[in-house]
Amino acid sequence: MEHLNFELDGLRQPRPFDAFVVGVVGSGNLEVMLEVSAKPQRCSVQITTSARGFAPIWEAVVNDFQRRHSLAGVTVSVNDMGATPAVVSLRLDQAVAGLMWPHRGSA
Amino acid sequence: MNAPCTAWNLQSQNKAQRLARAAAVLPGRMQGKRVSSDDVVTLLEAVLECGDRVCLEGNNQKQADFLARALTRVNPAEVHDLHMVQSVLALSEHLDLFENGIASKLDFSFSGPQSARLARMVSAGQIQIGAIHTYLELFSRYFVDLTPRVSLICAQSADAQGNLYTGANTEDTPAIVEATAFKSGIVVAQVNELVDVLPRVDIPADWVNFVILAPKPNAIEPLFTRDPAQISEIQVLMAMMAIKGIYAEYGVQRLNHGIGFDTAAIELLLPTYAESLGLKGKICRHWALNPHPAMIPAIEAGWVESIHSFGSELGMENYVRARPDVFFTGADGSLRSNRAMSQAAGHYACDMFIGSTLQIDLNGHSSTATAGRIAGFGGAPNMGADARGRRHASPAWLKAGAQARQGRTGVHAMPRGQKLVVQMVETFREHMQSAFVETLDAWKLAEQAHMDIPPVMIYGDDVTHILTEEGIANLLLCRSDEEREQAIRGVAGFTPVGLGRDHRMVENLRDRGIVQRAEDLGVDKRYATRSLLAARNMRDLVRASGGLYDPPKRFRNW
Repeated sequence: MEHLNFELDGLRQPRPFDAFVVGVVGSGNLEVMLEVSAKPQRCSVQITTSARGFAPIWEAVVNDFQRRHSLAGVTVSVNDMGATPAVVSLRLDQAVAGLMWPHRGSA
Repeated sequence: MNAPCTAWNLQSQNKAQRLARAAAVLPGRMQGKRVSSDDVVTLLEAVLECGDRVCLEGNNQKQADFLARALTRVNPAEVHDLHMVQSVLALSEHLDLFENGIASKLDFSFSGPQSARLARMVSAGQIQIGAIHTYLELFSRYFVDLTPRVSLICAQSADAQGNLYTGANTEDTPAIVEATAFKSGIVVAQVNELVDVLPRVDIPADWVNFVILAPKPNAIEPLFTRDPAQISEIQVLMAMMAIKGIYAEYGVQRLNHGIGFDTAAIELLLPTYAESLGLKGKICRHWALNPHPAMIPAIEAGWVESIHSFGSELGMENYVRARPDVFFTGADGSLRSNRAMSQAAGHYACDMFIGSTLQIDLNGHSSTATAGRIAGFGGAPNMGADARGRRHASPAWLKAGAQARQGRTGVHAMPRGQKLVVQMVETFREHMQSAFVETLDAWKLAEQAHMDIPPVMIYGDDVTHILTEEGIANLLLCRSDEEREQAIRGVAGFTPVGLGRDHRMVENLRDRGIVQRAEDLGVDKRYATRSLLAARNMRDLVRASGGLYDPPKRFRNW
């Protein structure tokens, strides 16, 4: 197992929500859990993966994710069993699609 | 100067000699054209001559496997230096011929299962390759400079006169026999059964010289069956993007799909996702395609008007027989496939080809060649190439052509259409191998095998779109090599090629619609799940067919 942690700046804070999980932990798959965090301008991403040695690709995946979503006040926990970056990105996007956003005057 | 030779029928004289030799070595043992399977080697030694061009029917589905084995048993002291001209090297016997000193030269199209051994034998100097062709190219050369002297072919049944019924898998047989029989060549057929009355005549008796009842039915491979249970969510996502971003965008009505799970996912999304977008009747009505089991739900939902097939698919016989308005069938009710005709149809009459590949470079050239394997091409280059001789217009063809020509001058200002050629790949293949590369393995293979040119499956200037899980790159709209490279990098995901993108330029390409993401296309990733597939396993396909589809045993996993 390899553990990776990323702390990223973000601007978009979703409406308060109960923690939820998308995906399943299975071969070539992963689960992603989203929770409200106490850091309103940050997004924490905590990864546990069965595949060792892919830290640079995880970093690229997480940075790309945050570039697209700019999440704030959220902790993202990933339990991975050797999913490809494609599956990881899809699962992360599916998780974010479950969030609700406050009405914004300007965005 | 000497007077020119006055004999103009040397080939037919030679054919008569061969037939006479066969009659002489098998006295009283032939019944009309029928030869016993025990006498097959004797027959082949009698009709073959050293240096003959020989077509041993073997394509990617049915195989003249009994005749292939027999040919490996002829005496190489008597029969040697054969020049094999055949579409596919699939059986070990096809290469044993070269190891045994019976054959020395090879012209072919595809060698999938034997590609590694072929590469070893070429580098050891055991095989001289004339050229690697596409199917249509090789068939064409049968009628120009590679006409077979002897063809060893495969049919389902023969009658007493030697008429042949090829059944659903007619495939290459008409092209091979036409070239051989009408140029004074010899045609030997292996058949699975002898019958009094054929269901239909696919090859007339006077084109056939010898018929042998094979001890076992010919081998046949279910090459186009994909178990929906193995389709991934990423493939569903890519299929959604293909349908919305390309099929609907261009209104593609006539098309060919490559083999693989990527395109099987599209087939299984037609009656679900595409239907929900209101696309029924607006896309995908006419196909050049084998009877893919994954097409059953779309056919049953009334999406498909016609399908012409290169070959058949094991287990689909009864289903095809029950859907003659869709498939091409004989008076007997069974499928009539024809590889040459379907390849021509795919090349000239289809507006789109979409298929997978192994490697794509920064110019969009795509190749399935890997070092140490000479796999050849099959039909993909003819399906996946703009038909330069095409002159009829269709909305999809015109739109693609207009995008490619927009704002251009000179020779490119003439209104003209273009075929849509889509390469669909997940950015990483298994074992985290990148599908995007700086340099194709084809270059290394060309060097290893002393080829004149790298074996490129689909040239970059024919590729119009590259589709990955990250999005679609529309290469028709690129106006410079740099734009093209960044468009490709822009959909190459987290591969080294993708990570090497210029983010600012890719965002600019995205603003211009050259790179499109799922969200740009209005594709909601939450729906990218396997529940969108019209069939989720083999059993669903059987059920959708009303029990008509009968999958081969290895796919009966319930």
